[in-house]
Amino acid sequence: MAMDESLKSELQKAGVFVTSIEQLYNWGRKNSIWPLQFGLACCAIEMIATACARYDMARFGAEVFRPSPRQADLMIVAGTVTKKMAPQVVRLFNQMPEPKYVIAMGACAISGGPFKEGYNVLKGIDRYIPVDVHIPGCPPRPEALLHALITLQKQIEQDHLTGKRKLRAYDREQKAEWLVPAYGEHDLEPPRNPEVWKPEPQVRPEAK
Amino acid sequence: MIQPFTTPESGYTLIPKEGAIETQTIEVSMGPHHPSTHGVFRMDVVLDGEEVKRLKPVFGYLHRNHEQLAEKMNWLGSIPFTDRLDYFCSMSNNWAYCHAVEQLAGIKVPERAEYIRVIMAELTRLINHSCLAGFLLSDAGAWGTPLLYAFREREKILDLFESVSGARMMCNYMRFGGVRADVSDDWLACARKVVENYPRFLDELEALITGNEILLARTQQVGILPRELAINASVTGPMLRASGVDYDIRKVDRYGIYDRFDFRVPLGEVGDVYDRYYVRILEMRESVKILQQALRDIPEGPFDAGVKMRNFKVPAGDGYGRIEAPKGELGFYLVSDGGTRPYRYHVRAPSFINLTILEDMCLGHKVADVIVILGSVDIVRGEVDR
Repeated sequence: MAMDESLKSELQKAGVFVTSIEQLYNWGRKNSIWPLQFGLACCAIEMIATACARYDMARFGAEVFRPSPRQADLMIVAGTVTKKMAPQVVRLFNQMPEPKYVIAMGACAISGGPFKEGYNVLKGIDRYIPVDVHIPGCPPRPEALLHALITLQKQIEQDHLTGKRKLRAYDREQKAEWLVPAYGEHDLEPPRNPEVWKPEPQVRPEAK
Repeated sequence: MIQPFTTPESGYTLIPKEGAIETQTIEVSMGPHHPSTHGVFRMDVVLDGEEVKRLKPVFGYLHRNHEQLAEKMNWLGSIPFTDRLDYFCSMSNNWAYCHAVEQLAGIKVPERAEYIRVIMAELTRLINHSCLAGFLLSDAGAWGTPLLYAFREREKILDLFESVSGARMMCNYMRFGGVRADVSDDWLACARKVVENYPRFLDELEALITGNEILLARTQQVGILPRELAINASVTGPMLRASGVDYDIRKVDRYGIYDRFDFRVPLGEVGDVYDRYYVRILEMRESVKILQQALRDIPEGPFDAGVKMRNFKVPAGDGYGRIEAPKGELGFYLVSDGGTRPYRYHVRAPSFINLTILEDMCLGHKVADVIVILGSVDIVRGEVDR
């Protein structure tokens, strides 16, 4: 709940700090996002470069790359997801504890990228798992990953713990497991998860 | 006495030694998500206790149909895709492909362009080998710190690449008969500065890690690759030279203008992980020597042979062009039917062929050594699976 900002600052001058549980909780969560240490292709190198000395992801509290999905909050899908790898990516995402977030890094992860025409590349990981932030670029610069992280932090700030718009993690009626695709005769089965992948219908504009 | 045991999945039969302690044989699938498999690589390892009995690499988790895509598009269109083969060394990949096409089409490359290509390829070698040292050490347990040093130096070279090609990693810089853009005098001055300071970084790295006791214990006499096996398995690059075989395509083929430079080929004696690490450190020192000579001698002149790129056609025939990429012999086998696109396009990826002898190097070692041995092979998944 938002309280009067002027009253809040007046109280702060007197040494009284007033906040809500929700704000405090989100403030703590957004400043210690632990990503899953998980590289798929070229973008993973830029992800490592972001964590290294020059770009220094530690400034944003996200430098603790965890090798185990059980300890991670954020999955950075960095690189091309092939059809052989897609089931494993979804399974890793299922293994992460809630609340969890996904950044799709690079053209391949968001849409298949330059390899989209091929037979073995998934046309975007958002067909199977819900993606919070997309980063375009092939590969995106480290600054772009930092920007995506800040965007995600702003999104976490807005999360609700109660009420109608509460977080997926606190809603028992929401799904916690995502469908893991299997190999079919020609393609992955199903080719997309309709609960996650809801593209806007493409309407051909009227000819003038 | 335990009975001979057949593993259910792979069907290997394991016969226990006489009088051995009875340990259970287990089959472990390492990867494809594993922090030290350098991308998405899976090994099916059969372990007796901690000892490796069998190892089967599983490929294809990053198969991006590079060759099929290249056969669908025109000759020029494949150059950006070669960047993404070995994503550490985009410049070398560009050069290998352009070299193969130039051989097939009979294009003469002007002298300045040759010098620029040598400079870019050797800078790429510096990036690759220093990052390899970082990754190898983080696999061996020095978690993070050597990698930070290596990536600090990598950023300096990437700045050079970015200012000349517009991209940090995927440079897409070389063209048939030359390069895409000329380098300025200011760029050359910056490059000279980076190259001059590079030996200081190497000294620092070596002072920190080369004599380190933990590194010696983890790498010496581990993963020995005998000369004969290395030659028979057509291993190339620093791995072959670490086993003591003097074979460097820069010296053998003398492609480009490599006959003008004075450099030596470092060789190993034992062929273990330590030799593979140290050969690469020495190669970086030789690369710095080549770079100093190239940056000193670079002539004025055109940077491009003036080949018309639109509707570019290659005369019918087939050809194989190869260069010494940082990981080994990178070759492109191209078949042309005289049209605007290749009829057949094949990549001889060095790290794929170097990986085929992984089992021979790992047998009898502990499972922790497998990680270090894999790190010393220096694989990049984009190139292995293509």
